[in-house]
Amino acid sequence: MSEKGTDRVKRGMAEMQKGGVIMDVVNAEQAKIAEAAGATAVMALERVPSDIRKEGGVARMADPRITEEVMNAVSIPVMAKARIGHITEARVLEAMGVDYIDESEVLTPADEEFHLLKNDYTVPFVCGCRNIGEAARRIGEGASMLRTKGEPGTGNIVEAVRHLRQVNAEVRNIVAMGEDELMTAARDLGASYEFLKEVKLLGRLPVVNFAAGGIATPADAALMMELGADGVFVGSGIFKSDQPERFARAIVEATAHYQDYALIAKLSKDLGPAMKGLEMATIGAADRMQERSW
Amino acid sequence: MMKIGVLALQGAVREHVQAIQACGAEAVVVKNAGQLAELDGLVLPGGESTAMRRLIDRAELLEPLKQFAQAEKPLFGTCAGLVLLAKAIEGQDASHLGVMDITVARNSFGRQVDSFEADLDIMGIEEPFPAVFIRAPHIVSAGEDVEVLCEYGGRIVLARSGPFLGCSFHPELTGDPRLMQLFLNMVENRELLPTEAHYSRI
Repeated sequence: MSEKGTDRVKRGMAEMQKGGVIMDVVNAEQAKIAEAAGATAVMALERVPSDIRKEGGVARMADPRITEEVMNAVSIPVMAKARIGHITEARVLEAMGVDYIDESEVLTPADEEFHLLKNDYTVPFVCGCRNIGEAARRIGEGASMLRTKGEPGTGNIVEAVRHLRQVNAEVRNIVAMGEDELMTAARDLGASYEFLKEVKLLGRLPVVNFAAGGIATPADAALMMELGADGVFVGSGIFKSDQPERFARAIVEATAHYQDYALIAKLSKDLGPAMKGLEMATIGAADRMQERSW
Repeated sequence: MMKIGVLALQGAVREHVQAIQACGAEAVVVKNAGQLAELDGLVLPGGESTAMRRLIDRAELLEPLKQFAQAEKPLFGTCAGLVLLAKAIEGQDASHLGVMDITVARNSFGRQVDSFEADLDIMGIEEPFPAVFIRAPHIVSAGEDVEVLCEYGGRIVLARSGPFLGCSFHPELTGDPRLMQLFLNMVENRELLPTEAHYSRI
């Protein structure tokens, strides 16, 4: 008797990504560069977040041809993004056999009230969160992996740091709480009581949590690991830098050896300009991707 | 107390550390070659084998790991770790450590949507063992000296060869310590090769 699509199988796949770097790619050539650099998975998409931000318009699931091309090019897992609440995009990606779906705020949401019921799928999902309430609701819907959101496509680490610190501080608070305080915390955080009990018992989130949204340099990636991320997503940071291959390799190595500062110094030397990046104050409220999801 | 390392470049390190500790041994998180000397055995965890290999190369760990194996120190590879141990990998020109006389096929049960859980009958373990297969490899063929400990659906998924133990699945994900215990028994009972220290005492 064998069983597919169980929580263990879906969450376990994310456990195997730990300590790794998942890279955004838009074609087979970039996917091969990512794999050769030591990425643990690639995220196939049509435009990286910084281009979505620049070009505007509605951002949707990538053309299946691109996703297929990436799947055929590499042997590491391939992830792909579906719009929040877009049942059909998610089912299409599942039918294509992608290894993980990112129900992502980087794309334009299809539903401004409801997320996907991810428990219904065999394919596992990763979702963004900024705090433990969002984390709890996404896991409740069936997400098997989380990523703190940061602000995608900015090359600015400040929001990624804010969100990871927020989630981790809330986890520590819950672990320190008395059993009798959990119900009120559940009400205040918008998290289920059962979820908080599990976090308290485990002393951590029940699924793997990567950092995302603004990582542009090896030191940025190492910082997120230092702050307790299980791994990192790098979107625009690699292929919008001057030397993608070297950036990719350096970010992989810095993530694995995040407390070897002499090594990070060596890796960062003469890398050339990272992506230019954006100051948060220049991004209007309507353009903040992190506000999307509920 | 036995000291068992877990290669900690990438993958499910924490789970193996917990399994080692649950069996009463000391676990060491290994990131560089200097740490290998103090170990009685080493676990190569699940993760992404291609990513791990890149990190092994950049940390200059390939030769030290091969020497560790050549000194007949026990190694236990799970999933990606099995791929690292294998002498040959289907569809690839080169192997990684290449110390275990087996040929493996990567991702041989399909993509993630085909990943599954199943109970296995393992030689030497009485009750069925809960196993999680994630984009798992399997052992396509094994040399004469390799002892096949478990097959699933006609495919070899667990084998032992001298001091090396390898499996397709992830015992670290189910919290069942019996396979880790089997490895620790191998470590404890291995016949020590004569070392320089032995000779100097004679």
